[in-house]
Amino acid sequence: MSTGANFADFKSDKKPTWCPGCGDFGTMNGILKALSNTGASPENTFFVAGIGCSGKIGTYVRTYSIHGVHGRALPVGCGAKIANPNLEVMVAGGDGDGFSIGAAHFIHAVRRNVNMTYVVMDNRIYGLTKGQYSPTSGTDLKTKTSPSGTYMPPLDPLALALSSQGTFIAQAFSSDLKRLVEIVEAAINHNGFSFVNVFSPCVTYNKVDTYQYFREALVDVNDIGHDPTDHEAAKKLILDSETEYQGILYQNPNSVSYEESHGLDSPMWDLSENPPEDILNLLREFY
Amino acid sequence: MIDDLNWAIGGEAGHGIDSTGKIFAQALSRAGRHVFTSKVFASRIRGGYTSYKIRTALVPVQSVVDRMDVLVALTKRTVEENLSQLHDKSLIIYDGERTMMKDFEPPGNMTSLNVPLQRLAEEAGGAIMRNIVALGATCAATNFPISNLDESLEKQFSRKGSELVENNKKAALLGYNHIFENYNPSDFGYILECTDSTYVLLNGDEAIGMGAIAAGCRLYAGYPITPATAVMNYIKGRIEHFGGHVIQAEDELSAINMALGAARTGARAMTATSGPGIDLMTETFGLVSMTETPLVICNVMRAGPSTGMPTKQEQGDLNTMLYGGHSECERFILAPTTVAECFHKTVEAFNLAEKYNTPVYLAGDLSLAITEQTYSPDEFALESTKRERGLFLTETSELEPWLNTQGQFKPHADTEDGVSPRTLPGIEGGIHMVTGLEHDELGRRTEHPPTREKQVQKRKRKVETAIEQENFDYREFGSPDSDILVISWGSNEGAILEAMDQLEQKIRFLSFPYVFPRPDISEAIQNASMVFVIECNASGQFATLLEHDSLSRVTRILKYDGIRFSADEIAKELNSYLLPEEVVLK
Repeated sequence: MSTGANFADFKSDKKPTWCPGCGDFGTMNGILKALSNTGASPENTFFVAGIGCSGKIGTYVRTYSIHGVHGRALPVGCGAKIANPNLEVMVAGGDGDGFSIGAAHFIHAVRRNVNMTYVVMDNRIYGLTKGQYSPTSGTDLKTKTSPSGTYMPPLDPLALALSSQGTFIAQAFSSDLKRLVEIVEAAINHNGFSFVNVFSPCVTYNKVDTYQYFREALVDVNDIGHDPTDHEAAKKLILDSETEYQGILYQNPNSVSYEESHGLDSPMWDLSENPPEDILNLLREFY
Repeated sequence: MIDDLNWAIGGEAGHGIDSTGKIFAQALSRAGRHVFTSKVFASRIRGGYTSYKIRTALVPVQSVVDRMDVLVALTKRTVEENLSQLHDKSLIIYDGERTMMKDFEPPGNMTSLNVPLQRLAEEAGGAIMRNIVALGATCAATNFPISNLDESLEKQFSRKGSELVENNKKAALLGYNHIFENYNPSDFGYILECTDSTYVLLNGDEAIGMGAIAAGCRLYAGYPITPATAVMNYIKGRIEHFGGHVIQAEDELSAINMALGAARTGARAMTATSGPGIDLMTETFGLVSMTETPLVICNVMRAGPSTGMPTKQEQGDLNTMLYGGHSECERFILAPTTVAECFHKTVEAFNLAEKYNTPVYLAGDLSLAITEQTYSPDEFALESTKRERGLFLTETSELEPWLNTQGQFKPHADTEDGVSPRTLPGIEGGIHMVTGLEHDELGRRTEHPPTREKQVQKRKRKVETAIEQENFDYREFGSPDSDILVISWGSNEGAILEAMDQLEQKIRFLSFPYVFPRPDISEAIQNASMVFVIECNASGQFATLLEHDSLSRVTRILKYDGIRFSADEIAKELNSYLLPEEVVLK
């Protein structure tokens, strides 16, 4: 197993087809930098990508990867990690993928607490289908399918993770690379399911949730002396719908991963040509 | 003396019908008798009508028949439900002291045995054991040594303490003695002999679960659904000992994706569900096929469409398994024909999946799932189960022939036989991606027409290779020279085999455990004077396939009322075609 891989080792020779200026560039760079900082190797990393602009990331990374069906990236990552707990499992997708078509999987992945990292590239819009509202779009966002606004409050991913007993809940911004890398790195190192919602602006279809908007609106939890292990404090920030926060909002320092609580510590791929002799005990039960 | 005995206990859901039946089936099996069981149950926890029927003989039995010899009736409805199968020699065991059976009069000339089940159970230590009293009474009425029942009770209850075992034995004995004190069992004409033979007793879902573990399945991901839940229940608690794990997903969409994730890391993985779950899994099925991931998807079929009849039999999902999913994608479909074959076909499904990097549907059905059947233990050579893993590269040194000039691994290498290599995360030099998008040899998205064509052809070629290299054959029975051809797929085999004894003509019977790929029997169909295809659905889905294969018409014998074929029904149906009209009328 090679270690000490650098950032470039995690990049494939495919050039991204994202629009120039897309937030996904920054988010991808942040993820890959964080991976290399933690000492992960491309060989030992399993990357699961969803569908949408963000899902293309599976092609641009140089790790073992799968680009699955829309909304189901998390279960794939969960199965992979359980079947081989030695792998670094990274799942990435968009807000539509994670909070609309895949919302049920998000809730249960949070509850299950398998030790993997989930980065949502949240642009509050459907980009690849050319501009429809997403579950995180603001009520007033005018899109092709919401010409006078969505008439719905946006889904709050952090609150959803909190109410599902998430053990690592964070938010970052694609153009604040330093903080993004720090946060994703902490997410990778967390023992359990880590959720990082990364604002990754869509420069083509969302003229509201722009770089400039986030630059002005974001409050870094480090600047307000927030203790991420303080659940009550985290609750307050997460449920504060007036402010957009950046940073680790909550981390349970006593998190026990699914694998740990089930005693899963070995890869499952290796099989002998025949079963072990005690396989006959299965038959004996039927006598 | 009647030795081929049909016994049943019937009552409402919540009456403990199932466990009582299983205890008696176990007692018969331990006594060296063959057993074939079936159940009637509803999708409810309390009330309704539910029954557990056992057919037992000294020779192997492999079907239900339309006859009821000894019936334990906890409700009057139980008698009504079985009226057509009861005959003059039938015995009905009931508790006349209970309001449910008050003033019960046996129909016709049959004998009723009034046993105070509840009172005797209370005497033994608790009313809950009233069914056990009925089993004791059954032993007396059928001249079956009660020691066998005692053994079965020990097996069932020993984990819960010796007091419970002794109380149950006492309950059984009170029922047994009550018959001898009040009736003369030798008048009834039933005798259940014992032998020294050793049998195992298991159902189809258990056989699938045992096959999966023996085959080296390591990750089972599923979502509960009747009648596939028993597969998950069986595997959970056993697979862990062999390094595996069961995960209950939030839905079937998730279950198949979890299994897919595990399979991408090289683990043997499986999910099991029934029709409604197959509908959901169909979304990811295409991805599994497109990414060339080995996966076993077990479909324990039940009556549909939609929620249909969850606790009733049907083989209605053939078209869904064969054609389900948009566009065209490769798959294999195996359909075990007996409980024992559920084991063997599960093992085969895992091997096929890995040899051809293809999803495999394993099609069981409710009949197989609820049938407990006896077999010689030799039928299941678990220790010699062979795991054939195909072109699975687990060392960097093995990758070399499969790298392009830039040293990149080709998971979809365009090979002569269509089979590409498989490696796993963690192996240096094997890094690659897979995607549901059309892709090149490296697994990268492409819309380049010649590459698209090549990959489509490559995937199709895998199936052609499998047809050449594997033995996708039918199981043949009856007279090879007969020009009357009877064909079936899946679980109808036992009933047809027994029906053959009731036919005057000799027939040739081909039982198909393979739906796709399947053997080509066009010639046999064209040369036969009559061709019958027997299956449990309303349109004759397998019959239609064979008609397409052979460009000839076949006669369909179909059943879609939710209840499996009995041997008698099949014999009657076939005879209605085969015998001269006047004989049939008689």
